[in-house]
Amino acid sequence: MSLWADKYRPNTLEKLSYYDEVTEQLTQLADAGSNFPHLLVYGPSGAGKKTRIMSMLRRLYNTTSIDNLKVDVKTFTTASNRKLEFNVISSPCHIEITPSDMGNNDRVVIQDLLKEIGQTEALDFSGLFHLAKKGTDEITNDNIPQKKFKVVIINESEKLSRDAQAALRRTMEKFSSTIRLILMCDSTSNIIDPIKSRTLGIRIGLPDNESMKQIFENILNNENDAKKIYPEDWDDRCIVYDHIIEESDNNLRLGIMMLEAMYMNNDSISITTPVIKPDWISVIESLTKGIIKERSVAKLSQCRTILYELLAHAIPGKLILERMTFNFIKMIDDYSSIKKSDEVKTSIVNAASLFDERLTLGSKDIFHLEGFVTRVMVILETDISSY
Amino acid sequence: MDQPWIEKYRPKTLKDVSSQSTTTKILEKSLNTANLPHMLFYGPPGTGKTSTILAMARQLYGPNLMTSRVLELNASDERGISIVRDRIKNFARLAITNPSKEDLQNYPCPPYKLIILDEADSMTMDAQSALRRTMETYAKVTRFCIICNYVTKIIDPLASRCSKFRFRPLDENSAIERLNFIANSENISINNNLIIDILNVCEGDLRRAVNLLQSVSTILKNNQSIDIKTMFGYLPDSIINNLIDLLKLKNLNKITTFTEKEIIKNGYSASFLLISLHKNLLLNSNLSSIEKNKISQILYKSDSLISIGCNENIQIINCLYNLSKVL
Repeated sequence: MSLWADKYRPNTLEKLSYYDEVTEQLTQLADAGSNFPHLLVYGPSGAGKKTRIMSMLRRLYNTTSIDNLKVDVKTFTTASNRKLEFNVISSPCHIEITPSDMGNNDRVVIQDLLKEIGQTEALDFSGLFHLAKKGTDEITNDNIPQKKFKVVIINESEKLSRDAQAALRRTMEKFSSTIRLILMCDSTSNIIDPIKSRTLGIRIGLPDNESMKQIFENILNNENDAKKIYPEDWDDRCIVYDHIIEESDNNLRLGIMMLEAMYMNNDSISITTPVIKPDWISVIESLTKGIIKERSVAKLSQCRTILYELLAHAIPGKLILERMTFNFIKMIDDYSSIKKSDEVKTSIVNAASLFDERLTLGSKDIFHLEGFVTRVMVILETDISSY
Repeated sequence: MDQPWIEKYRPKTLKDVSSQSTTTKILEKSLNTANLPHMLFYGPPGTGKTSTILAMARQLYGPNLMTSRVLELNASDERGISIVRDRIKNFARLAITNPSKEDLQNYPCPPYKLIILDEADSMTMDAQSALRRTMETYAKVTRFCIICNYVTKIIDPLASRCSKFRFRPLDENSAIERLNFIANSENISINNNLIIDILNVCEGDLRRAVNLLQSVSTILKNNQSIDIKTMFGYLPDSIINNLIDLLKLKNLNKITTFTEKEIIKNGYSASFLLISLHKNLLLNSNLSSIEKNKISQILYKSDSLISIGCNENIQIINCLYNLSKVL
């Protein structure tokens, strides 16, 4: 049995819900065949970027061979003669890579791998097989396989170093007859202009509440066992859905996971059943609450242990910082002891921006997170004690 | 043809290069005299730098001789100091081959080779300084053409050895002409307003315009009116106007919820938000110079932070809070 998030992942363009105009655009791109441009797909995580692109590729190549995935390990040699191993996921029609895994060596991967792929022509006989089945020997332009190019999907492209992006530039043009790139990223801010000018941008936003409810409802309709556990009344179910949507921040994948987790953990669900959220989110929430309530050196050392724990569980420092900042902004209004809440918020966000910069430039996350916590405590204390 | 239009319609001769008349005139003259200096092309993306030199090389040598006379290196090739010392130096010092009779009749075939260093701003300082003497020693048989976006990234000693050509962003008329030409050759009917829309979005970057034209043409078949700006990732005007109204109200809670709901969750990128805010606020005649001064300071700070890879959401919120103080 697979997770609901995978089980109910749409696999064709027709099955996609929400953002119909983007789907329409992708359909037309897939039908355009050899006119297919390089794409830059961006949007927050959990919005369905990958799902859409894979559905589009299925339509583009019109074969099922795209799902025959295999994982290869390639070795590269850097200029300093170090051997690097790199995982490549490929099907006969496409290749998927995550060069940011390689850190600073991502340029070598881009240079070597893409050139290697670009210099080999993709052979695709599916069209000919199709012909043989039909029993005709008449070859027209329609049934000769047209797509001679391979699609290369580059995940997390916003994390590519500048060098690697520069390396992409000419490669994209030179081998444009054999490869098409699809760059996936959370945001285009870190993509250099020359790359943006060579690609067609496609923005995929998070689904709105209505579409998410619809998707949840569809899933439950297919899962009879689960449906019995959730409240019978549509209005009550809606309230539960709303809770999930709020907790998941409209992240569809997370939402579906929460839906499933609630079904697994409860015997019956009412509108008051708490939503099960990932541990780290609740930990950060209680952390911020504690900081607003108590601002002391003793608290700071407690925070330090929690922060270490979070980092040890591989939660990125930036994510912790972001969560904490947004929690502070939302929680400060609940505390009447804070007088000038607007000024406090502005200073906290200012501090967050400063420590975000230091997190980016520095290498040891814990220093900067602690610094941020201390700074926030000082901001809060100054405000409270000034009256 | 299995090629995107940007490759298909890359200019074949210097005459075809749009809108860079001063540069192409000088180059055409040197085509006749077959006397070429070392060259440094610089300018924003999509203005035809690579196209110009490739067209020029084709006109100088013809297709047969191109392979042996021209070495093109770009950022996708390893270009550390070792490559400059070995590959470039070895190619530079080769004696030139005799062109065939046929080529001599059709092309000038000047007695030197051409090394094109594309995207040279991503070359290291060391590699650049290793080039210095090489360029002079083999000047008899080799000419260099260095192409970059930012001339400041090229070290002075190299820049002073080259004659510089600046490529300007394309002016509207020649860009319209080029796009119309492509549209005609591809047999698509496209109205003039759409072309002007495309050009406005692309800000003088012809490659981006051609790319966009191609994508638009595949989508155009069903619905005739498309909002190019939103398709390209710009924020719709309505969102920006609402946001600015909210900023003026100085209600931080409303700003936060609006930003989260309309901008972050919809996946608009922070850099486009900054561009739109910049356009809207700084061209607004109701604001005083002092206010505009402060606004540019805030925008500049946020932009620099975002471009070094900081967390976008934090930076956007910070930028908006600060702006709301000024407005």
